[in-house]
Amino acid sequence: MISSSVEYRKKELPSKVQTIGLGLLLVGLLIVVLGYLVNPERSAYNNIIGLTFLISIAVGSLFFVTIEFLSGAVWSTPFRRVGEFLSSTVWVLPLLFIPLLLNVNTIFHWTHPAPADKTLIDKAPYLNVNFFIVRVIVFWLIWLLFYYLIIKNSRKQDQTRDQYLTKKNIKLSAIFMPLFALTISFTAIDWLMSIEPHWFSTIFGVYYFSGTILAALAVGAIFIVLLNERGFFVKGIHTDSYYSLGALIFAFTNFWAYIAFSQFLLIWYANLPEETFWFLARWEGNWKFFSVGLIVVHFLVPYIGLLSQPSKMNPKRLIFMSGWILFAHYYDLYWLVMPNFFKDGIPLSWIELGFPLLIAGLMILVFYYQAKKNNLVPIGDPKLKRGIDFRL
Amino acid sequence: MMSEKILYSYTGIFDTPDEVTHAAEEAVKQGYTKYDVNTPYPLHGMNKAMKLPASKLGYVALIFGLSGTLGALLSLWWVSAIDYPLVIGGKPFFSFPAYIPVIFEVTVLSAAIATVLAMLFFFFKLPNNAHPLHATDYMKKVSNDKYGIVIQAEDPIFDEASVRKFLESVHAKDINAVYWAEEEITHKHKIFEPKFLTFLLVVVILTSGTTYFTLNKLMFMLPFNWMMEQQKQNPQQKSLVFADGFGMRKPVEGTIARGFLPYAFKGQPDLAGEKLINPIPISKESLQLGQTKFDIYCSPCHGYQGEGNSRLRGQYPNPPSLHSEKVRTWSDGRIFAVLTDGQNVMPSYSTQLSVDERWAVINYVRALQRALNAKESDLQ
Repeated sequence: MISSSVEYRKKELPSKVQTIGLGLLLVGLLIVVLGYLVNPERSAYNNIIGLTFLISIAVGSLFFVTIEFLSGAVWSTPFRRVGEFLSSTVWVLPLLFIPLLLNVNTIFHWTHPAPADKTLIDKAPYLNVNFFIVRVIVFWLIWLLFYYLIIKNSRKQDQTRDQYLTKKNIKLSAIFMPLFALTISFTAIDWLMSIEPHWFSTIFGVYYFSGTILAALAVGAIFIVLLNERGFFVKGIHTDSYYSLGALIFAFTNFWAYIAFSQFLLIWYANLPEETFWFLARWEGNWKFFSVGLIVVHFLVPYIGLLSQPSKMNPKRLIFMSGWILFAHYYDLYWLVMPNFFKDGIPLSWIELGFPLLIAGLMILVFYYQAKKNNLVPIGDPKLKRGIDFRL
Repeated sequence: MMSEKILYSYTGIFDTPDEVTHAAEEAVKQGYTKYDVNTPYPLHGMNKAMKLPASKLGYVALIFGLSGTLGALLSLWWVSAIDYPLVIGGKPFFSFPAYIPVIFEVTVLSAAIATVLAMLFFFFKLPNNAHPLHATDYMKKVSNDKYGIVIQAEDPIFDEASVRKFLESVHAKDINAVYWAEEEITHKHKIFEPKFLTFLLVVVILTSGTTYFTLNKLMFMLPFNWMMEQQKQNPQQKSLVFADGFGMRKPVEGTIARGFLPYAFKGQPDLAGEKLINPIPISKESLQLGQTKFDIYCSPCHGYQGEGNSRLRGQYPNPPSLHSEKVRTWSDGRIFAVLTDGQNVMPSYSTQLSVDERWAVINYVRALQRALNAKESDLQ
């Protein structure tokens, strides 16, 4: 038993947050339902984007929590609850994947391969409907299990202040990490890559992972900075902690660019028809501008925006860049999914707005209810004091 | 020379990092500008406590990184699109995606090297390694397990009594004055000092000697010679394939090398004159080739015009004129027989002139004959 010298008095989130979350959720839900009525196929593709976006945030946040345990980081301990709250969106994932599982035959054309299509018939032992549904549900259960185990220990520590719980979570995190790597890779292959099942890219799982972590860190950063500036955490947290957060986002921005370029370079160099057609499809019509825009939106702007040390410490800049990166991740997923539906170019419409609003609302609501039930700071964590005293 | 010591600074020692951080904050409050903190390892938060401005080193990295980017891009563009355009893998000459890895590496490399060099030689002023704090008890302690603060005498508000009081007020231990060592003031270090040069020489000999010994004697490895040791038969090499062990084989019987058609009329010039037909039509190129070869091989004896007035001027039997009735009425094939087989003292020219060249020489001889025996109709 250790007595923490940290003083924490819980502050309730204003009920305005609930109103905003509920409003966004309802508007989003309305648009999604209308979209499904007007154009079910287009809505289904948007649904995939929404689902993978929410997986990014939910599972990515869980990764953020576990990597803190594994690496023994102290700077992020005062904010760890933000990651824990956000990862509880794992619970609502079925809301987004059940409609897709019901329509799996109309979305993925590998479900009914042409008899002459040797590639798809060879891939059938992996790409078949039954195994697909099993994978989706098993992966979800794995995430749920580790979410439950790790977060339970973390909350118990608030009362018992038992250091041993941290040790237990380190072990759980070590088990979770390889499972996370596998599940997130296969999620990327199942939901995003299998929309175009003839395509080959061995780096695709890592590509989605790099975006996943970026999105999770960005949402986390928005909540962390907003709450810390309003004094919801403990006193004395320095902008040096923001710097670490910003540096992590900056690093993963570069990581994403590195992986995205690696994928492109090899395909461009080898020039094999079974690989290049995927990029050529993203060079048709105004997809060309969208593809070039991806480099600007997902790499150049965040890179320049977060390059200098003061920009990582400036709360306003950090919130803006995090919001930007969230948008970039959605943009990235849109770029991955939509060219399969609109071959010649993008006709934007109101249908696209549904899922972002729905997910934003879900996130805010889940966060609000979690914050209501739990402390915003892991007051029993033995690393907390050092986390608050963290200086560059 | 110098009898009285010159004060460099006052030093104070602390036991914990928190104390020295506090002392640095207080020093800023007092208004000291020429002071420094020494710790065995970098202290988190010391930058802020000392209110140090942001390091300028980042700009060095930025500038050299960007020049690396630009330099790599320009040189790649110049080499592969301007100076030596080469199609590689069917890509355009200027194929930007292929350059990105190189540009990235050059950027990182030039930024890293420039940063390290700038740090050592510009910010640390490296060749100068003298410092008054060297070899003091203070330095021994703060490079081991203590934390220290130094307030220099050149500080504008430096005053011995008040500095001592200030250090006491932040609970520093071992408050001491550090003086310039006498030779640090009197002796100016020069780069060409014999001591330093000897040191350099010893370093050079030692490092190059050990490098040579290690790489050439200790861990010598064969260079990659896969190109040299190929699984093929080299000339004069023993063969394991053939029973007689000869690596060099005769060609299959009846094989004819390119351009070496056998001559069927050896010793039968008249038959050759009947059967052989000049295959080379008269053209400007053929006549020019014939002239070149004629001037080289034939003119020493036959003369430039083929009249037999040789440049050897009787030192060798003069050949008959090529413009005689006999030669003019010979067929091309008959002359070819002479060139190939030789005639009287004239040897064979089959090794000097290829078949096509012999026919070209014959064409040229025909042109000479016609030029010296022109008919009136030729002038019209």
